[in-house]
Amino acid sequence: MLDMPETRDAVADKIGEPIIDVDVHPGLASADEIRPYMPRRMWELLGELGPGGRGGGEYPKAVPEAHRQDAAPAPGQVAGSDLEFMRRQYLDPLNIRYSLLSPLRYSGQTENNPDLAVAVCQAMNEWQRVRWTSQDQRLKASILVPIEQPEVAAQIIEGWADTPDFAQVLLLTRTADPLGRRRYWPIYEAAERHGFPVAIHVFGSPGHAPTPAGWPSYYLEEMTSHSAACQGMIASFVAEGVFERFPTLKIVSLEGGFAWLPSLEWRMDRAFDRFRSEMRHLKMRPSEYLRRNLFVATQPIEEPERRRHLMEIIEWIGVERIMFSSDYPHWDFDDPARVLPGRIGSEARTKILSGNAMRVYRLGL
Amino acid sequence: MRLNLPEGAVDCNVHLPVPTVEDLCPYLPEAWREIVRLRGIKGFGHIGAKPDSPAACRPDWLGEDGVPGGTAVDLVSRVLDQRKVSRAIVHALYPVQRIHDAPMAAAFAAAVNDYVASHWLSCDTRLSASIVVPAQDPRAAAIEIDRCAADTRFVQILMLASGDLPYGHPIYRPIWERAEAHSLPVMLHAGSAGRYPPTPSGWPTYHFELAVDDALAGQAQLASLVSHGVFNTFPELRVVLSGMGFAWLPSFGWRMSKFWRGTRIEVPWIREPPAETIRRHVRLTLRPFDAGATSSEFERVLDHLGSDEMLLFSSDYPSWHFDGSDPVPPGISVPQLARMAVENPHATYSRLGR
Repeated sequence: MLDMPETRDAVADKIGEPIIDVDVHPGLASADEIRPYMPRRMWELLGELGPGGRGGGEYPKAVPEAHRQDAAPAPGQVAGSDLEFMRRQYLDPLNIRYSLLSPLRYSGQTENNPDLAVAVCQAMNEWQRVRWTSQDQRLKASILVPIEQPEVAAQIIEGWADTPDFAQVLLLTRTADPLGRRRYWPIYEAAERHGFPVAIHVFGSPGHAPTPAGWPSYYLEEMTSHSAACQGMIASFVAEGVFERFPTLKIVSLEGGFAWLPSLEWRMDRAFDRFRSEMRHLKMRPSEYLRRNLFVATQPIEEPERRRHLMEIIEWIGVERIMFSSDYPHWDFDDPARVLPGRIGSEARTKILSGNAMRVYRLGL
Repeated sequence: MRLNLPEGAVDCNVHLPVPTVEDLCPYLPEAWREIVRLRGIKGFGHIGAKPDSPAACRPDWLGEDGVPGGTAVDLVSRVLDQRKVSRAIVHALYPVQRIHDAPMAAAFAAAVNDYVASHWLSCDTRLSASIVVPAQDPRAAAIEIDRCAADTRFVQILMLASGDLPYGHPIYRPIWERAEAHSLPVMLHAGSAGRYPPTPSGWPTYHFELAVDDALAGQAQLASLVSHGVFNTFPELRVVLSGMGFAWLPSFGWRMSKFWRGTRIEVPWIREPPAETIRRHVRLTLRPFDAGATSSEFERVLDHLGSDEMLLFSSDYPSWHFDGSDPVPPGISVPQLARMAVENPHATYSRLGR
């Protein structure tokens, strides 16, 4: 937020209530950390040839690694790579009750080589469990899956279903095809069956231009395009009938903000009226599905010139569908003490800061 | 309640039927006519929905011969006379920008403009038109702009919301330069040259999705134009987004202004929040109307826009956005309608005259 930060102690006093943060990024101090969890052949292949992706994400960040400059445990170290430092800077002072881990960077989810993709995803899953969730009860892991191999992804979800360290399945917004497509349905079938929400974080480099107008020039444009990716993705989920087929599936939109959601719902409902002949497989209006199946995380929260406009957006969406996220330790981190409009009221504030996430993720305080 | 349009109302987005290759042949140079004949060229696809589909044309406005919107007599009667509209800005969304051969695109753009001038503008002095340009080759586009601008019945330049590159890119500078020099706003209309999928995750499955995704290309163009400083270089320039709604604009501006604060290191020439630049330079047409289901939601969207100068009345004829005869969405007050239908169009289109 724009105001000058207060000291952490003062912030903790001000919050005075437990926080559930649905988007936090743990980092590998070095790639060697996942070596113990990878088949030797795959590890050697990675060392020899490097990761295989489709490219196109060459937009230098505004700050190194998009990290908060004060979040490196020590000079030259990777932000988010040290649990003890994370406790001191973030978990303790912010009164965090639970944090949902979303490992980004090279996590195998978009690796081209199908065997390597599985090996890295599974190593990252094991790494989350061994290095993070088993070390601190407040941390919950995301099941990382090879997104473009949905059948394999479903098996991986199956494999972790009885491990309580894992709270959700993680996907990315920018995929080879729009995520509602039937070929991705094995992921949703497995997630729904085991009660895992599917969280979808912005980014991904599937080889398509990041905007429908082509490749932009600036990181500023790429940042701005993430909410557009969310909008296209959500339209796909509705249009393909994912929520008709998987009525209890929960989709969580991460790091796309949320102020665009009311206009997207209006636009979809109107298009639905015009395209009813094509959309006969839908039994409800698009906005009705989204009210039941879609949840949004707050960060990076929109900052209108007038704060009441943000309040009106929250009212339109409905407080129950919004969950706090900080994006720690990235540069556009949102502080739970000051992210919500003052006039929101304590009941709604608590829902966004913890209550909704307790319900969506079945977590107890 | 039915609102009458105020005196002097301007409809800022009216579609002419997309001409056929046969319609255009008389306006093509002999060499290109021969190419059309020898290669059997029938057309270049569609920039969006099939124009005669129910998605694009209201069924009762389909001409007897299947032409969307019908004849010139039909259009003048429905768009101007029955609604008491005094001016209409028309265009033929011929898929010039889909052509990969740039000289061919330039030849077809010129043919479309000449066809529109002689076939449509000559029918009624209340019709004004948009200059279709071969944006594939911005220098050729600038030449076409200069050629058509000599005819003052052309009041704006028309490009598709999705072309070869985002339009802030420096290669497009000749187009923006000529637009400002001739006081011609540039309309970016929903539609695609087909170079990129409509979402960052590839091609959607359904026509329904295409309609929802139309707004996304417009968002990307605004981000590009502002980031590259096009409005700094051309301070008199106006860009009109059409056919993609407007309710998404406030949150887009909030997001871009926020990110600009954190990324100014890469665009140091941007000295004000992008939302402010957008308010000054960008206009949006009213249809398709996407601002909520109730008039109180619409009121709030107007408040969120933070300016009453941005919306331009449009019917988007013959698109099927409403039934019945009233093109004005419910919930708009008399003073708001006067701004959208009269004052804002005249402030945007200096060539309209009074």
